[in-house]
Amino acid sequence: MTETSETRTHGINIEALERPVGPSDLANEEIALEVSNLDLHYGSSQALYGVNMVIPKNRVTAFIGPSGCGKSTLLRCFNRMNDLVDGCQIKGEIKLHEEDIYHKGVNVANLRRRIGMVFQKPNPFPKSVYENVAYGLRIQGVSDKRRLDEAVEKALRSAALWDEMKDRLNDNALGMSGGQQQRLVIARAIAIEPEVMLLDEPASALDPISTLKIEELIYELKQNYTIIIVTHNMQQAARVSDYTAFMYMGKLIEHADTNKLFTNPSEKQTEDYITGRYG
Amino acid sequence: MNVQDWFKSGNPWIWLNAAAVSVSLIMVFGLLALIMVRGLGFFWPADVQLMDYTDKQGQEIRLMGELWGEEEATRQTLIDNGYKLTGDAEFITRYTLKTGNRDVYGADFRLIIEPGIKNKSTPDNALVVVRREWGNFYGFLTSIKENGTDLKLSDEELWTEFEQRNERALDLHDEIVEIQKSDIGEVNHELETLRLQKKRYELDDDLTPENLAELDAKRKALDARYALIQKRLNELNQDITRDSFVARTADGQVREIRFETVVKVYQPNQMSLPSKLGTYFANIWEFVSDEPREANTEGGVFPAIFGTVMMVILMAVLATPLGVIAAVYLREYAKQGALTRTIRIAVNNLAGVPSIVYGVFGLGFFVYFLGGNIDRLFFSEGLPAPTFGTPGIMWSSLTLAILTLPVVIVATEEGLSRIPKSIREGSLALGATKFETLWRTILPMSSPAIMTGLILAVARAAGEVAPLMLVGVVKLAPSLPVDGNAPFVHLDRKFMHLGFHIYDVGFQSPNVEAARPLVYATSLLLVLVIIALNIVAIQIRNRLRERYRALES
Repeated sequence: MTETSETRTHGINIEALERPVGPSDLANEEIALEVSNLDLHYGSSQALYGVNMVIPKNRVTAFIGPSGCGKSTLLRCFNRMNDLVDGCQIKGEIKLHEEDIYHKGVNVANLRRRIGMVFQKPNPFPKSVYENVAYGLRIQGVSDKRRLDEAVEKALRSAALWDEMKDRLNDNALGMSGGQQQRLVIARAIAIEPEVMLLDEPASALDPISTLKIEELIYELKQNYTIIIVTHNMQQAARVSDYTAFMYMGKLIEHADTNKLFTNPSEKQTEDYITGRYG
Repeated sequence: MNVQDWFKSGNPWIWLNAAAVSVSLIMVFGLLALIMVRGLGFFWPADVQLMDYTDKQGQEIRLMGELWGEEEATRQTLIDNGYKLTGDAEFITRYTLKTGNRDVYGADFRLIIEPGIKNKSTPDNALVVVRREWGNFYGFLTSIKENGTDLKLSDEELWTEFEQRNERALDLHDEIVEIQKSDIGEVNHELETLRLQKKRYELDDDLTPENLAELDAKRKALDARYALIQKRLNELNQDITRDSFVARTADGQVREIRFETVVKVYQPNQMSLPSKLGTYFANIWEFVSDEPREANTEGGVFPAIFGTVMMVILMAVLATPLGVIAAVYLREYAKQGALTRTIRIAVNNLAGVPSIVYGVFGLGFFVYFLGGNIDRLFFSEGLPAPTFGTPGIMWSSLTLAILTLPVVIVATEEGLSRIPKSIREGSLALGATKFETLWRTILPMSSPAIMTGLILAVARAAGEVAPLMLVGVVKLAPSLPVDGNAPFVHLDRKFMHLGFHIYDVGFQSPNVEAARPLVYATSLLLVLVIIALNIVAIQIRNRLRERYRALES
């Protein structure tokens, strides 16, 4: 299955998303995150087996794979969201710019400020649009009105939401549409200016138009952020990512340039999956 | 359709559900209707009946009063009671007539039977005098006296003069009460403060001549002020005793009544419907806003309303933070293991402990232990008279706060567990710590559930009487827990409570028959107070729900 014919049938303007001539080799990239020998257990069952990978800086990396393959689990390791799960045990290392994020002295709240996350279902707080975006900054103790105003506007502009929302900043965020809510959540994450953005199936609950907007947004954000996106939708992975990692049964099977992975996978399992033989 | 199909169709189930709901509704509304009818009827200025009545001994007497109740008595009962009956009716109506004039007859009520009544009438000039002592007076006005001399007024002048002088006496009375309560109360309060100050100096070995002189100077000033007030009071007392009126009872006995003892006077038999309605609502207002008289059997219940509401509000203020903090710990921080489960079960079981047990605990722990120690540490100048080491409104509120704590904890835990995981993760992913997430997002979103807990707590606390009898409620509190003397809120004071008032008036009062309608009226009031408190809480909750609607999506 190749990307072009499929995506056109979805009515999505692929030209707008088409990247310039892509980087072709992970070895030439600047590294943002480095995972080595990562094992993860939920109680007695193992969810990740010896994962080794590098995430390049200012690129979009997509995780694909069938349900339950561990791609979301891996994603949630990057900002230590798995800490919240009872009985979750992690072995191995994840380094963010050479610092082990699972080291004892690491301040998890600080880490999460550097590695932002957007979830599958939009989860705005039951507050105003403004307060949602300002939340992270308020947590950091920013209370200067002008600074907050600027940051909120900047974040909403980056999330392509400013024009729609500038007159409704004080409306409750729960009154927005699903697509708007998801972009608000992205704006909320952008507002604290993280280095890495983790997107956990950000468009799976959205309609095609909203999905397109989110994808355009990812494309814009890549200039400044390292982005990791988990998706079920292979066309989406093909459209938005520079690199794609295929996971299966808790193992990383293949991690390569997106074009290469979709057109010429080196592993049999990858090929079976992208041609729709299972998953 | 055969029985089995009918059963399968679910119809009997629906009927059963509907029946259960109907029974509940009937019980609630029946109860409310009963206490409303019994309670509210009491305030109606009923006509006064004048009649000739032949009593058991065959003597003919004239009686006047309000018909208070009626019942059907069997012939045999009446004969056993010494009535001589003619005719052969098996059931005979027996009335309770409120004849009042306790100072004349020794009792307020009289049982009379239908056959003995003759010449029933409602004379226009029948007078009902509500007095501050001896209950109501029923009779006819004959003359007015000033300083003991009859003014010899004509019948036309009599009533206008009467109303004027009554008005004057009431104004004077108000002034006297005002002086006694605020001015004298204030001076007494300051004198007491001085006395304690002196004792404090003594205890601290600090009673230097300068200090003593200063205290004495202050005391002298206060004494002088007191003398002035006392003088004014004497004048007023002189004034108020000036007028009196003479009235004749139905059977011709003459009584002289001083205007100062009169609360209000009316002539129900010549009142039009609007003016009766006016009196009716004035009576209700008096009941709600006045202080009780005559061992609580007359007058109003304002101190009890005030005490109930204040105690409940204090309870809510104490129970909510405690309950919420405990629930947050149990749900958010504690490791969910056997110990936490045990604690949770224990908390739930606390809700089932009989309330009197809490009363005993409150008395032993709060009043004697905590209060006693507070007295020793901070109020030693007042000892041996206790300040906090005696039942009071604060200990009552605390006891009820403990009693309602489980409800708040359970409701809050419920609310916390209903917050979607995604909201927590959203907050944490933005770099918030667990505490910040709780404080800024989870707790505000749980506030409707917390309010639900509070509503249940208020409903329970407002109706609770038994433990309060041990830790602070009294039959008659001399002053409200809030007044004009610093520090204005006196949490050490004893207070009155509607629930206890019902018990006291209905079952402990010297005049149970007269007080019975008050029991109903007070019950109604208690129910209304609880409903009002609940409505306020529900309004707040609905507003919060509106704001944090996230849970429904």
